[in-house]
Amino acid sequence: MKYSVILSISKTHLFSRKKQTIVASLGVTFGIAAYIIMMSFMTGLNGLLDGLILNRTPHIHLYNEENPSEIQPSNRVAEFQDKTIMVRSVKPKQGQQRIHNALPLMSYLKKMPEVKGVTSVVRAQAFYLAGGTRLNASLMGVNIHEEVEHYNLGDYIVDGKATDLSIHENGILLGKGVAKKLSLNVGDLIQLITVSGEIYPLKIVGFYQSGLADIDNIQSYVNLKTAQRLMGESSNYITDINVKLFDMNKAPELAKVLGTNFRLKATDIQTANAQFETGSSVRTMISYTVSIVLLIVAAFGIYNILNMLIYEKMNDIAILKATGFSGRDVRQIFLSQAMLIGLMGGVLGLLIGYGVSVIIDNTPFDTEALPTIKTMPVNYDPMFYFIGVFFALVSTFFAGYFPARKAQKIDPVDIIRGQ
Amino acid sequence: MDKILEAKHINKYFYKPEKFQVLKDVSLTVGKSEFVSIMGKSGCGKSTLLYILSTMDTDYEGELLLDDQLITGYSRDDLAKLRSEKIGFVFQFHYLLAEFTVLENVMLPAKKLGRKSIAEIEHDAYNKLKLLGIEEQALKLSSRISGGQKQRVAIARALINDPLIIMGDEPTGNLDSKNADNVFNIFQELTHEIGLSLLIVTHDTDFANRTDRIIMMEDGVILP
Repeated sequence: MKYSVILSISKTHLFSRKKQTIVASLGVTFGIAAYIIMMSFMTGLNGLLDGLILNRTPHIHLYNEENPSEIQPSNRVAEFQDKTIMVRSVKPKQGQQRIHNALPLMSYLKKMPEVKGVTSVVRAQAFYLAGGTRLNASLMGVNIHEEVEHYNLGDYIVDGKATDLSIHENGILLGKGVAKKLSLNVGDLIQLITVSGEIYPLKIVGFYQSGLADIDNIQSYVNLKTAQRLMGESSNYITDINVKLFDMNKAPELAKVLGTNFRLKATDIQTANAQFETGSSVRTMISYTVSIVLLIVAAFGIYNILNMLIYEKMNDIAILKATGFSGRDVRQIFLSQAMLIGLMGGVLGLLIGYGVSVIIDNTPFDTEALPTIKTMPVNYDPMFYFIGVFFALVSTFFAGYFPARKAQKIDPVDIIRGQ
Repeated sequence: MDKILEAKHINKYFYKPEKFQVLKDVSLTVGKSEFVSIMGKSGCGKSTLLYILSTMDTDYEGELLLDDQLITGYSRDDLAKLRSEKIGFVFQFHYLLAEFTVLENVMLPAKKLGRKSIAEIEHDAYNKLKLLGIEEQALKLSSRISGGQKQRVAIARALINDPLIIMGDEPTGNLDSKNADNVFNIFQELTHEIGLSLLIVTHDTDFANRTDRIIMMEDGVILP
């Protein structure tokens, strides 16, 4: 009841000076719109870049690394303990590339509660054969369904379909660079020659494009079995195990445990891609800083306009107080005007922000690096819209609070006697 | 006779530019349906007294009773509530909220008080405007009517909550003699018909001579 009276008074004040109200609201509108646009675009871009690297990278990568032994035989001799030992021309220890007991290890990993998925990879070296020329080939033998599920391989297949690989046992998802060099199309056959000299014809089911020319010129995906056959190995031959966790942040800890327990090299995603985390957080920080500055500028605009309004409305304030409105009522009248300005400006800002986001979302964005991306990335997280309105209300509240408190304290006697 | 308003030993000081006693031990009473005017030269403290009696000025010494209730020492918000219930105001210059219609101006104090529904308040407001003969102006913006009409609207607004007393600071000071006469007649009718008390500060001797009682002030004291 009482609030409706106060609201009707502030509405009348706002509507009787439309121009000022609009200018004040537009300040908020631009602040909020800029905030929405920046956050949507920035986080969209962040998501895209994170996706580009982080989604494709296993959280823990287990493999055998050929290293020279830390402890050379001479270190074990007791009488050399306090001597300086020099060993020249150290060679890496003779070892196998395959992971020992890979299949039991995988089933053990799959049972761990933190683990979301485990995929196995067979890396094989070979050559693409085209007439007289041989091109280096790095083949990844994978279970294509698992790769698509966990590492979005499907996003990087530019022609054909990733899952077609499982239909054709002797299929290959050929690197786009290789295809260009050899003028091959989907459906063609390509011959591979293994390190041991055997020739295998494979059917091209699609083209793979990572965006990095060095990789696209060499790397191709084949079925796990095909890779094992190319290497002349049995079905328990696996060179890499990739682990995806539910919580990415547990990777470093778990990688350490797995590495020591199974005597494998274990790389976690944080170590592999440290720079990306930093980049994302810095970009987010910049967008927040700019948005907050914009909102503060808008808030000062509102503060000024309300201050002026209160000087113009001294008479009205005195009359209201004389006719029974308390100081609190008067404060609420002016505060509610500020909040209404914030609300109107904020909602309009959301709409404009959304509109511009849609426009950005439909802006063509063609890049070699991102074969599946056709338009600018935009993140429509409703959180930004909530924060936007919240910001608008909070900043206008503070912008309105001080002028409103001044109005509350005005002594009607001073005004009435003054004339 | 019932006392509506009673002031006991009011002292008031101004501190700027230097300490100066404006009111010196002022006591007065206003009875029910009494029409009282306060006269005096400029600077004698009559307006100051009025604003203390009106509860808007709380910085004074002494006691103030409204409707037999001691109101000295009430908080400003409580006094605002009390004003909206029991006191109506008419000023010389400060008439109306320019951006609101005449009707809205009259309705606002009642809406604030919130004793009645909007429909009832609107009905009351029309009645008050009719009483003052300006009901046909009800829907005009209050900045679009003449000075005499504005003062009548202000009186209608002062009446909207059926107060016990109406106070005026030179309500006719800004009006020509015809309109001033008109306002006086309205005041007189109100005391006779509704039993309202009136306390009016004025410079106008003709106006004052027609009231029930004149309080003469000089240098902060009431002359006997």
